Amino acid sequence: MALTIFVILSALCVGAVAAMIISRNQAYSALFLVLAFACLGGIFGLLDAPFAAVVQVLVYAGAIMVLFLFAIMMFNLRRPEPPERKRVRIVLGTALAVILLGELLLAARRALGTAGAVPPGRDIAHLGRLLFTDNLYAFEITSLLILAALVGALALAGKKEGE
Amino acid sequence: MIPPAAFFVLAAVLFVLGVIAFFVKKDLLTQFMAVEIMLNAGNLAVLALSKASGKADGQALVLFVITVAAAEAVIGLAIIVLVFRQRKSIRTDDLKDLKG
Repeated sequence: MALTIFVILSALCVGAVAAMIISRNQAYSALFLVLAFACLGGIFGLLDAPFAAVVQVLVYAGAIMVLFLFAIMMFNLRRPEPPERKRVRIVLGTALAVILLGELLLAARRALGTAGAVPPGRDIAHLGRLLFTDNLYAFEITSLLILAALVGALALAGKKEGE
Repeated sequence: MIPPAAFFVLAAVLFVLGVIAFFVKKDLLTQFMAVEIMLNAGNLAVLALSKASGKADGQALVLFVITVAAAEAVIGLAIIVLVFRQRKSIRTDDLKDLKG
């Protein structure tokens, strides 16, 4: 059962990312990415990480991609991208990517020697305790970082056109 | 029972697709989306390792990565909006003089 769900979700996810690469319209790209991130949320759920799954759907598929869509609306690009003229770039990029895939798979095979431990369990209380004890400093610094990002984005892009 | 290797293979494929998208696409916005794909592939690998090692630390790490990614998306989009205001374009072909 879990394997079936995994296969469906991963096929949808990879398909959505491929469609995002092929599509010429940025808005469609962003919407395909929403689908891909939602599927990834489901896969996170399969990995016994329900909280990460919820955050993935809420923050990534919800907030970040909506931010991208707003940005696309601001740019208001009427003409779609012209078709690619130089094929060399695509071929070279894909060749490099395939080499990278081979390397990553080799590295993954080596890392898998450690598998077979007890699963971490799904209780959120444990995760919350972990966040607020061992990772307390990181948590607080992250909140500062978000505040800085908010102020920085306002300072960068919040100016009026005429100024 | 899903073998842990399946998750690693999926993460590697997603990361590589992100790299391809970054090289193939020619506007800043879509290239930025490609970076988000790569971040997500990394998150998937961390969660798979977290499950394989039996510790929940990976889940906490993924939460931090997602939060930092949100901050990074905000700043990146603000920079792209600035570039668009200056140049009236976000196609990388029109920004070649930025390479110095």
